Amino acid sequence: MSISREEVAKVALLARLQLSDDELDTMTEQLSRIVGYVEQLSEPDTDQVEPMAHAMDIANVFAPDEVRPSLDRAEALASAPHHDGQCYRVPAVLGEA
Amino acid sequence: MSAISLTATQQLERLESGQLASVELTQAYLDRIKEVDGQVGAFLRVDAEAALATAAKIDEQRASGKPLGRLAGLPVSVKDVLCMHGEMTTCGSKILENFRSPYDATAIARLKAADAVLIGRTNMDEFAMGGSTENSAFHCTHNPWNLDCSPGGSSGGAAACVAASMAPLSVGTDTGGSIRQPAAFCGVTGMKPTYGRVSRYGLVAFASSLDQVGPLARTAADAALLLEVLAGHDPNDSTSADVPVPRYAETIAKPLQGLRIGLAGEHFSEGLSAETESALREAVRVFESLGGKVHDISLPHSKYGIATYYIIAPSEASSNLARYDGVHYGYRTDEQQLIAELSAERKQLTEADDPHTLDRLDTTLVRMYRKTRSEGFGPEVKRRIMLGTYALSAGYYDAYYLKALKVRRLIHNDFVEAFKQVDVILGPTSPVPAFKLGEKLQDPLSMYLVDLYTVSANLAGIPGISIPCGQSPEGLPIGLQLQAPAFEEERLLRASHMFQQATDWHQKVPEIS
Repeated sequence: MSISREEVAKVALLARLQLSDDELDTMTEQLSRIVGYVEQLSEPDTDQVEPMAHAMDIANVFAPDEVRPSLDRAEALASAPHHDGQCYRVPAVLGEA
Repeated sequence: MSAISLTATQQLERLESGQLASVELTQAYLDRIKEVDGQVGAFLRVDAEAALATAAKIDEQRASGKPLGRLAGLPVSVKDVLCMHGEMTTCGSKILENFRSPYDATAIARLKAADAVLIGRTNMDEFAMGGSTENSAFHCTHNPWNLDCSPGGSSGGAAACVAASMAPLSVGTDTGGSIRQPAAFCGVTGMKPTYGRVSRYGLVAFASSLDQVGPLARTAADAALLLEVLAGHDPNDSTSADVPVPRYAETIAKPLQGLRIGLAGEHFSEGLSAETESALREAVRVFESLGGKVHDISLPHSKYGIATYYIIAPSEASSNLARYDGVHYGYRTDEQQLIAELSAERKQLTEADDPHTLDRLDTTLVRMYRKTRSEGFGPEVKRRIMLGTYALSAGYYDAYYLKALKVRRLIHNDFVEAFKQVDVILGPTSPVPAFKLGEKLQDPLSMYLVDLYTVSANLAGIPGISIPCGQSPEGLPIGLQLQAPAFEEERLLRASHMFQQATDWHQKVPEIS
């Protein structure tokens, strides 16, 4: 099966990627080939098969409900590209920048 | 004889008996790095000063009779995907070029507690996505056996650094073969432990249900030593297993009596290179001469491994890598330029009287995310994010992701059946020895197919080890893979040690020229 260029452009928006025209062409061709290969998954009968999301059969691992120190704010902010010492800064979200 | 030609186990004995100082050993490795890493490119960063300071401290403590950790004084290199407090962790990506971790990964904390000398960070495919280390945003790594060839990947720096005697022990990670395949390509021993055996806390996530930290070393005995330190339950990783960790390094020399070895027809079919097959057949004879009994088994769903893996891993990756948004850490696109670009587009669309497209124009924040990620990620990472986003998107979820999870169960069940008859499964690690750098870069699917024999262990969560078992006519190493049921790392290490006692492939070292 092949994926259309429009579909690839839509997925790029969902994935928060911006692809150039060239990248869109290459990506369309490459994703189509990979998805074509993956089509073989339709061969085995899996009607009665339980999906396996995880290799370990564990669920609901609880930690004791106790107060512990969290990451220091200055350290948490230290690698941010833009911050004001208290919060992360981003471009204006509302209205025009 | 230089200390760096000894195994880690031998070095540790000499360190403990006072015949060798950690400063001397560390300096010998730093000299070796200076001598050959310009050609190999195994390291992203070497921390000579800190390594020598740690080594000096350990020598001092040893001299004063203080109790020391399990690896005291041994240099260890670490793949650049595990967080180390205050240090850079780039994952081979431009997007994390300026990131310094605010805490230690559990694997790092355990190495520090064991008094290992952390000598430097090894190169890798960006975010561990790739099988050649060519996807590193910084530089590519060369195979020490032939500098025109790839060391494999994604832990290519780790494998190359052990092969070229730039560290006795190295920590890698394996999501679909990223420890075992480079170990095979570089002629070293590398193990992916059982899922949950080693904590993933502080391991930068690629595919959370598949990622596992593991050791690379020259011998199985050395890998046992390192695994003993890395393994164990960690409350900070809710998927880490609360299962006792054997003293691998102590039981390693105990031979396994009447080892039942499974050979799967699926491992010896189309696509396996002739030189790999003949090396494997010879290895089987070695095991038989040691008392092993061969049984034919079948893993009928293993042929779907790659297709299953390349849905599940990218799906998990597309979700995990959403965190690189240019807000919390790492790279952000130039904001002035971004705002100028958007206003120009807005003006153009207004003038063209195209309200429909204007309406769909990215907001400043969305464009900031998109530009940041597009400038920060390399092509393979973008490809996997796209593939995963596609597989999880409305209308395709059932056909791809859910279906892949079901086939994953079938692959897992094949192993459950096989291990009713055999103790270990022996097969190839990779269908071919190391390929040339650049050979598969234009064809992502052909690169993915190299993972054919390794992805199943990740999907099923079982341990696998790759050990050297031969050489191609061109002198490139060939690796064999042993797989065992979950939490049977000890069995893999002992079986590998038996083999290494009877063969000398693991002792061969490359001439770097």
